[in-house]
Amino acid sequence: MTTITGAQAVVNCLREEGVKTIFGYPGGAVIDLYDELMDATDLEHILVRHEQAAVHAADGYARATGEVGVALLTSGPGATNGVTGIATAYLDSIPIVILTGQVPTPLIGNDAFQEVDIVGITRPCTKHNFLVNRKEDLVQVMREAFHIARTGRPGPVLVDLPKDLIKAQVKFDDKKPLRMQSYQPNYEPHPGQIAKAGELITQSQRPVLYVGGGVILSDGYQELRDLAKLLNMPVTMTLMGLGSYPGDDDLSMGMLGMHGTYTANMAVSQCDLLISVGARFDDRVTGTLETFAPHAKIIHIDIDPTSISKNVKVDVPLVSDCKRALAELLKWFQNSSSTVSEFRGEAFSDWHAQINSWKEAHPLTYQKDDSDIIKPQYVVEMLDELTNGEAIITTEVGQNQMWAAQFYRYAHPRHFLTSGGLGTMGYGFPAAIGAKMAMPEKTVIDIAGDASIQMCIQELATVKQYNCPIKIAILNNQFLGMVRQWQELFYEKRYASTVMDVAPDFVALAEAYGAVGLRATKKSDVKAVIQEALSTDNTVLMDFEISREEGVYPMVPAGKATTEMLLV
Amino acid sequence: MKHTLSVLLQNKPGVLSRVTGLFSGRGFNIESLCVAETMEKDVSCLTLVTRGDDNIIEQITKQLHKLIDVIKVTDASEGSFVEREMVLIRVKAEAHTRAEVLRVIDIFRGKVVDVSAKSYAVEVTGSPSKIQAVIEILQPIGIKEIIRTGTIAIGRAGKNK
Repeated sequence: MTTITGAQAVVNCLREEGVKTIFGYPGGAVIDLYDELMDATDLEHILVRHEQAAVHAADGYARATGEVGVALLTSGPGATNGVTGIATAYLDSIPIVILTGQVPTPLIGNDAFQEVDIVGITRPCTKHNFLVNRKEDLVQVMREAFHIARTGRPGPVLVDLPKDLIKAQVKFDDKKPLRMQSYQPNYEPHPGQIAKAGELITQSQRPVLYVGGGVILSDGYQELRDLAKLLNMPVTMTLMGLGSYPGDDDLSMGMLGMHGTYTANMAVSQCDLLISVGARFDDRVTGTLETFAPHAKIIHIDIDPTSISKNVKVDVPLVSDCKRALAELLKWFQNSSSTVSEFRGEAFSDWHAQINSWKEAHPLTYQKDDSDIIKPQYVVEMLDELTNGEAIITTEVGQNQMWAAQFYRYAHPRHFLTSGGLGTMGYGFPAAIGAKMAMPEKTVIDIAGDASIQMCIQELATVKQYNCPIKIAILNNQFLGMVRQWQELFYEKRYASTVMDVAPDFVALAEAYGAVGLRATKKSDVKAVIQEALSTDNTVLMDFEISREEGVYPMVPAGKATTEMLLV
Repeated sequence: MKHTLSVLLQNKPGVLSRVTGLFSGRGFNIESLCVAETMEKDVSCLTLVTRGDDNIIEQITKQLHKLIDVIKVTDASEGSFVEREMVLIRVKAEAHTRAEVLRVIDIFRGKVVDVSAKSYAVEVTGSPSKIQAVIEILQPIGIKEIIRTGTIAIGRAGKNK
């Protein structure tokens, strides 16, 4: 056991957890921590330009790698600026640890300068949070924070560090295995439930695998692929699940829900068995609950018991890590070879014929014409083509997000980073920075809207400082596009506050920050602009002037059944 | 339907607000709530009474259990249990009603804990329905103040334990 300063203890704990990169912004309450970090050359600190971006970048880092992302913010406004990022990570179950400075313990509760009760503020949007109020607790709290963030259903954990404890002398001992009396997440599926699920599958004629972010979080995509292939079962993914199953595989029906494919929504409405894996029956997926999968028995695999039977009553609940449940199901089928052989080959042939007829009748598409107007979907298709589907794509929120989800075919998990639950505009660019810092060899593209890119555009300075070349594709329609689309469809085209025709010259703005700006105004320019961006070793902002009133289709109007889609 | 939930918690600052924040944030209802230390100094027991159909109670139980500082959640209503609540009532007690108040309190096995020229403060312990009954009976005499503790509960031991 050694005695060191609180700041040294925090840095040691970060090392212990394998942290290599921290995203943050200094301030008075964390000045001692920053002083210590200056000597910790093995920990790279990325100075962002707004605290929201620090948390999004830590989140992007976590989504791209599966490791815990770390953000460091000062007290008061530094901490409150991070709240949107924290809530974003919470809604998508992303493991991050947020360290916030706090005023010295004797001043807590006195309305001191830059004091805010950040533990109180973030209680409903963190998996757990701590105010360290005794120096003896500091090391243990840091260790518990990382443990809680990465285990069970992952999520953000905030640790509030009063300045006097950072300066105090604390005892530091070696890490022992953690055991928390009140926190022991269950990973293993119940064998009886696996058997029940297996039997339901063998009895089904029209099954659908409905896959969410849980498969990616648990790294269960290989097991998912093996199971889908073994049983020849069609797969649909939620927004968060994209990449867990290859988008261009025959068994993939693409995304389901409000902007899902015709095939996926029809298949869910007709299936007799819905196998939900790491998804949570979100309202954007189900539409009206009464009409969702009305003929189906439901198997629900989720590590979080609260997700099960929250929105939809299920027949076979399976509280488990998705990867392990899928592996056990695979084993169950491999051990009962007689049933499996019936499944292979001709299995579900009528069902597949039906699905193929839906695919042919209404494929995912858009109105194509001979004009030289740029369609946003075309831009995404070209990004897909010119990166061979291998880039990490991040998105902002709105139409850009949906087109990015629909028209890029994600072959791999952890390649589509998007704010699914909270729907945070401003997420994509800082998340791209986090992903690129983690994986410098990867091409990272933020597919953005002209409105949402402006919410964290100051990070152009960060990418300049760290030579972190991100590609930004702005689908510029001079509208707050998704809200405009709703106004067009449901508010008699009354475009209240959604016209965004006052905007900076994005190309000039990029150049002002030391990045490269490119503009495409014609469809025939698109390919060349993307090619130039991809071959430039710098951050490149591509401004695509797209057809202004293009909509995202299919679309299920709010409050309707998912079969009541508006099609192209 | 009414449910009495018994929740064992880590006895740490802010834990109670995690529980109450969960109820307000998710739109669940709390009818009463009582919390204090248990035999172990670092564990508290929180007893709360809530209402809802089976699905809501299931969600409440699971959501409570999901809180990192919650050790155990028991729905007392699922088994056989004893429920108790205490009430302090200040009731008017003037010359012509003093004897009547004492008789009522005696019937309910309560006791007088404070006396003034014009009122008694009385203490009654019992099941929530008994507490309701004593309040209703004293009402016509004139109640000036009521302070209730909320319900606490303990499971009955099995016959062969």
